[in-house]
Amino acid sequence: MTTTLQPADIGTKADPVAAEAIAALVNDAPVPSPTLLKTFGAMMAREFRVLGRNAVSTFIRSVMQPLLFVFVFAYVFPKIGGGIMVGGGAARGGVNFATVLVPGLMGSMFLMQGMFGTTMPLVMEFSWQRTIEDRALAPVPIRVLGIQKICAGAIQAFIGALVVLPVTYFVHAAGQGPHIHVSNWLVFVLVMIGASTLTASMGLLLGTAMDPRKMQMVFAVVLMPMTMLGCVYYPWSALHAIRWLQILVLLNPMVYMSEGLRAALTPSTGYMPIWAVMLALFGGTLVFGYLGLRTFRNRVIN
Amino acid sequence: MTASLSGTVIEPAPDNAADAAGVAIRTEGLRKTYKSSRGDVEAVRGIDLNVPQGEFFGLLGPNGAGKSTTIGMLTTLVAPSGGRAWVAGHDVVKDTVAVKRRIGVVTQNNTLDMQLTVSENLQFRSRFFGLPAKVAARRAAQLIDAFGLGDRRNAMADQLSGGQARRLLIARALVHRPDVLFLDEPTAGLDPQTRVNLWDILKVLHESGQTVLLTTHYMEEAEALCDRVAVIDHGKVLAFGTQEQLKDNAGADTIVTVRFDADLPSDFTERAQLSALPGVTRVEADGEQLRVFSREPEGLLGTLVSTAIAGGLHIRDASEQKPSLETVFLTLTGREYRE
Repeated sequence: MTTTLQPADIGTKADPVAAEAIAALVNDAPVPSPTLLKTFGAMMAREFRVLGRNAVSTFIRSVMQPLLFVFVFAYVFPKIGGGIMVGGGAARGGVNFATVLVPGLMGSMFLMQGMFGTTMPLVMEFSWQRTIEDRALAPVPIRVLGIQKICAGAIQAFIGALVVLPVTYFVHAAGQGPHIHVSNWLVFVLVMIGASTLTASMGLLLGTAMDPRKMQMVFAVVLMPMTMLGCVYYPWSALHAIRWLQILVLLNPMVYMSEGLRAALTPSTGYMPIWAVMLALFGGTLVFGYLGLRTFRNRVIN
Repeated sequence: MTASLSGTVIEPAPDNAADAAGVAIRTEGLRKTYKSSRGDVEAVRGIDLNVPQGEFFGLLGPNGAGKSTTIGMLTTLVAPSGGRAWVAGHDVVKDTVAVKRRIGVVTQNNTLDMQLTVSENLQFRSRFFGLPAKVAARRAAQLIDAFGLGDRRNAMADQLSGGQARRLLIARALVHRPDVLFLDEPTAGLDPQTRVNLWDILKVLHESGQTVLLTTHYMEEAEALCDRVAVIDHGKVLAFGTQEQLKDNAGADTIVTVRFDADLPSDFTERAQLSALPGVTRVEADGEQLRVFSREPEGLLGTLVSTAIAGGLHIRDASEQKPSLETVFLTLTGREYRE
């Protein structure tokens, strides 16, 4: 025997919904009083909730790269090859490679955490479901949402770069530890902030201007050259042997992060003039921030 | 085709006090053209609407008619190319923040924050609108219970079923007590049970005073929910009014459809002089199908059947559709609506 579903059954078979409760919720709701600051704060709180939820994977992502780098360059190489010196460092009287590497690694962490920490969530939020509209409907101008994205990315970058310090401090062969001390706190803090905001601004531009389907290619043509030619593994001054390259890499924002940190942490390796570093980091933040906010707005508003 | 019907279009009620209180949505010549290298697309070509507070208003039209673009402009996420629009008294271009404070939006796509739980989606939306964290948490709990999501409160948003996600989207759009609730195709892709369930929620909301603008391409949805309807296609309002007004005035004919077991001869309608029959406004012959629109349907089906038999045609089936929003729609747009 077959049972027929009467039309009247359809509604009652669905999940019960308390009509009175909904009506009360509409009429008795607390009246909201949004302000720019409250909304911005709530958006930042949302970012940290998400980061906290992914804390383990975020931590692993930020620790693996510096850990493996220092393991190979400050532990394996000294053990098997009797100590690797870079040209520039050796000329300055035996600065070990770990010392050269630490500011560079921090620079590359800025790039990983700041740029891709900003870009990847944006790519997801702009994908076919456009979940960005959730936040775009918050009662603030769209550019405030963009600035919030930069701030969230910058904080990630800041923390990601700091993680390098304990890792490199503990992992190295005997006598191969980096020689680091903060020679100038003001320069150190400014470089950390400037590098964080610059990479996050670049991330905002990249995440809104790039076709998500070409992200693999972006890794190949942006991340790789920026890291390999970003004075991560050698100080900029050491490039004087290849003059054309030394000039060409000035286009690479990574160079100023690595060199700024060398000035603040490992001045013995030699570094670029501080004014040039500051100009590039903060000027770059303004330029990329402006462009990023513009493309962000154009992507949100059709 | 629409030009020949311009006489049947119902004009919006005269609007003497343009900015008077009590008007939830108003548009004047609102238009949107999407520029592209392959040619411009005119999605909305001058729409005039006037929706009073407390009304349940429907934008009815086929896919691609310009409904979502219109809702996009009213909710500040699409920049108009021309014309003006006000929501809750605020200009949607010049005063976007004030508009966003006063609207709740349920988008067609699932824009839940997939990185957050069900409860967090509601809490953070409340906090974006300035509610303190504690109040936001309490309100989230109430909304979750009212919308029957109690057992999913700590589930991640991407683990919800289609119907649950839709309910959460509606709950989320209501957290800050919006003046106007926008719903873009809220039941598209849902099973019939879930759809009826959502309709119940929307009816209750409306009864408690909520102003709602809904877009849909489901006739029965507009019929079940809306006080007034604007039928739109190709970015223009074809008719505007209550369902009764539309059925009475917008050329809502009875439609008699006859299907044959073979294609109709190309000269059949001419030879049978169907257009000359009393009350017939339009005849459409398409392959095996003949559709006759008429104001005086009595006896029409019989006439058609006997005409066909006299012409040596074999009838497979025949049907008559009384005036409904669907016949209004078919009369205005002259075709089956596109799913």
